[in-house]
Amino acid sequence: MNATAGKVEYEPVIGLEIHVQLSTRTKMFCGCALSWGDPPNTHTCPTCLGLPGALPVVNERAIHYGIMIGLALGCEIAERSLFHRKNYFYPDLPKGYQISQYDVPLCRGGRLGEVRIHRVHLEEDAAKLNHLGTSGRIHGSERSWVDFNRGGTPLVEIVTEPDIRSPAQAREWLILLRTTLRQLGVSDVDMSQGSLRCDANVSIRPAGRPEFGTKTELKNMNSFAFLESGVRAEIERQKRLLDGGEPVVQETMHFDPRTGNLTPLRSKEEAHDYRYFPEPDLVPLLATEEMLAAASADMPRELPAERASRFEHALGLHADTARLFAFRAELGDYFERALAAAGEDGRDGDHRLEPAELSNWIGPLVERIGSETDPATSKVTPESLAALATMVKAKEVSRDAAREVLTLLVQEGGDPRAIVEREGLGAISGEDDGLAELVDRAIAADPAAADQVRGGNRRAIGPLVGYVMRETKGRADGGEVTRLILARLEANA
Amino acid sequence: MSELIDLTAAQAADRIGAGEISPAELFETYRQRAAANELNAFTWVADAAPDGDGYAHNTPLGRVPIAVKDLFCTEGVPSQAGSRILEGYRPPYTATVVKQLAEAGAPLLGKTNQDEFAMGSSNENSGFGPVLNPWDRTRVPGGSSGGSAAAVAAGLAPWAIGTDTGGSIRQPAALCGIVGLKPTYGACSRYGMIAFASSLDQAGPLTRDVTDAALILRHMIGRDPRDCTSLEYPGEIELPKADDLNGIRLGVPEDLTGAEGGVEPGVRDSFDATLKLAEGLGASIEACRLPHAPHALSAYYLIAPAEASANLARFDAVRYGLRVGGDEDLATMYSRTRQVGFGSEVKRRIMLGTYALSSGYYEAYYGTAQKVRTKIAEDFHAAFEQFDFIVTPTSPWTAFELGAKTADPLAMYLNDFLTVPMSLAGTPAISIPSGLSDGLPVGFQLAGPAFSESRLLDAAYALERAIGFDGSEARA
Ligand SMILES: [Zn+2]
Repeated sequence: MNATAGKVEYEPVIGLEIHVQLSTRTKMFCGCALSWGDPPNTHTCPTCLGLPGALPVVNERAIHYGIMIGLALGCEIAERSLFHRKNYFYPDLPKGYQISQYDVPLCRGGRLGEVRIHRVHLEEDAAKLNHLGTSGRIHGSERSWVDFNRGGTPLVEIVTEPDIRSPAQAREWLILLRTTLRQLGVSDVDMSQGSLRCDANVSIRPAGRPEFGTKTELKNMNSFAFLESGVRAEIERQKRLLDGGEPVVQETMHFDPRTGNLTPLRSKEEAHDYRYFPEPDLVPLLATEEMLAAASADMPRELPAERASRFEHALGLHADTARLFAFRAELGDYFERALAAAGEDGRDGDHRLEPAELSNWIGPLVERIGSETDPATSKVTPESLAALATMVKAKEVSRDAAREVLTLLVQEGGDPRAIVEREGLGAISGEDDGLAELVDRAIAADPAAADQVRGGNRRAIGPLVGYVMRETKGRADGGEVTRLILARLEANA
Repeated sequence: MSELIDLTAAQAADRIGAGEISPAELFETYRQRAAANELNAFTWVADAAPDGDGYAHNTPLGRVPIAVKDLFCTEGVPSQAGSRILEGYRPPYTATVVKQLAEAGAPLLGKTNQDEFAMGSSNENSGFGPVLNPWDRTRVPGGSSGGSAAAVAAGLAPWAIGTDTGGSIRQPAALCGIVGLKPTYGACSRYGMIAFASSLDQAGPLTRDVTDAALILRHMIGRDPRDCTSLEYPGEIELPKADDLNGIRLGVPEDLTGAEGGVEPGVRDSFDATLKLAEGLGASIEACRLPHAPHALSAYYLIAPAEASANLARFDAVRYGLRVGGDEDLATMYSRTRQVGFGSEVKRRIMLGTYALSSGYYEAYYGTAQKVRTKIAEDFHAAFEQFDFIVTPTSPWTAFELGAKTADPLAMYLNDFLTVPMSLAGTPAISIPSGLSDGLPVGFQLAGPAFSESRLLDAAYALERAIGFDGSEARA
């Protein structure tokens, strides 16, 4: 059979494993403070150094946060869960085992957006290794040293079901997760600082087939862009293999975002039997009614996924806008304040401002203040943005003129009505004689275009409308001008 | 001087309280004896008595010094757990139990030799050489708390603490002719005890008599916020005062004391004689069943090594202790350090434990052992519905000659046949000397339900007085 002739369509199947450092005050199993950037090994004690005889004690705050995450993701919280020892030797693991959860995790099941959650569990982070020499790894380095400040930081591991079907979806879902965790206030969720880390399990299968292909694991995608590009590169690699008649081998891949190259980690490095067994130094973790109630009480009123859904379905915003406002809470907050102000404006009937119409003004505002700026910190109050949008709707100012007003508002703040008046930007209406005269001048100035429109080429109207808009400095309503020009040309036909 | 060392610790504390003897003199007497000891019972002895200011004059433990098993961490003082891999290791903190005792007025006299990481029943597995039995220096003192047992028996220390994982307090106490008590699991904090098997390790006293054991245990118990397996002890440890055993029902588990246990005739004779004394004190004696107890040893030798294989992973040459091959690659440093630093019994148990936890074997070995453990605990629970205490010889035999069992690990493991079941059940048990067999001490074990220490001590006290064991020969 000819490989190129029967080119198969493939469907990617992607699952994510996310590690989140919790922003508790102290470490998972000892009283040492969490720190960032302090001198090495200044936040250590017998427990997090793995000294002989030291014992772990579970951080109650970390459990509280773990339960909050479980509730936010709609998980079932286990009444009784267990900590296990995961055994392996490495210098960043002072006890020779990591205390983690294994077959009885804190949370199971759940869903965030369109992706199902498999499980959520608690564990401790490893210490930080630094290597002297060019290799950047322990093999081949001249000397390595360990900073135990990070060792023992509380981690939550979130594992999804393989429900993601594209690299872009993986990225977008991870952003939703980050926003959700940020809103819970349980983590800094900063990928560049490592407080949010993501591994991806990737496989592909012929479209429409129910069974999964062989999966590979991509380790430590440390930005949203790398996650997307890494997964995309891996999907392409797997397609090339299958199209060439070669099997995908189950292995762990390292993605180099600089070169786009994928290289397998040596199988020796991943051939682990972790010999899990229940941690005898800890008692089973009991999630009591009181703990669940305390976690519920600390939950935000509305999580980003719910907010996006409300924006889209209750307020009628475009789905992308709804998500943007929900995922960037400061935009959503600003929008909702403007919406409330518009409601108070008291207009009704045709002049009532639809939420979707108001939402269209957030983009131009963000363009003018910079995409990283919280609009609440700008000179444009939600009330003045709502007023401006309402004036446009009422045709008191043209859309183009309103954009100019917005630019001025960003620079100097103040009341949009006052600016419109001061700058003489009020809309010129169709009844205005001046506008009719301008339409005549436009036709006279470009008779060729006028002829084309008369001949049925409506697209030729552009230069005529442009003439009027220029002359009115954008104060006229474009639609109105178009209507007037067409009416005049038809009357003359 | 000889008069001083003939006092029990409680008697010495009373005399100090009455101002009849000076705590400094008492400390110095024992310090010199410990430093000069020929039994190799100590791995470290204090240079001088601690500053008196650090201890109030009227302390519950009367400033009577204490010997502490090497595996308890003591700040700034070598804490080597009997292992060359920790040679010279001085921890930056002190174990909770040792701290509690110091606060109650028992200053640290010295650290006692032990089987490496508490793995052994003869003290021949110490990285610092075997301890000799003060009754016969060609024989072992038992283990793993052999140094503590020998020190107390020989009058090198007024009292001592050790740890018991499968018999490591009770068996050396029996072989050295002293009292040893393993408390209920969770009664004493494990914080600062260099771990062998976390779900079994318990600290406990090794003393010259039952009263001393009660006095010291009283200050060892209590929930420690640093050890979440420690428990709030219900009530206090009472000092024993019973004169009789009226109404006490003793159960003799034939599953353990029958032919399978291999109890020596001399030990059996002493055991039977003690049962007669108990009967004379008013106790009833009946056979009882612990049907799963004969499997305890097999379960123990899977669970304990499994936990140990993880507990000992931290000795990796990175942060403390021995380092060999540090200039080579990581794998070489790990393997060379552990090859040189661990003794053969420790390596054997790490291998056993690693195997028992391995993927594909976990259920068959570790999983099954845990099920057996549950069954054994249920056996004890059922037996304590009918009996106040279960009694057995502590060890199937008396102290054996050095080297007699070193070539045969399985024979060595049988030392623990009668003590391991209580360890797996988590119940308290005490060994008291019941007499001599061919000039060597024999131990009598009483086990009770969880948190029955006060009643157990009371019964042991009544028996102790009836037996009238004289251990002074070992102090000569
Ligand atoms: Zn710490």
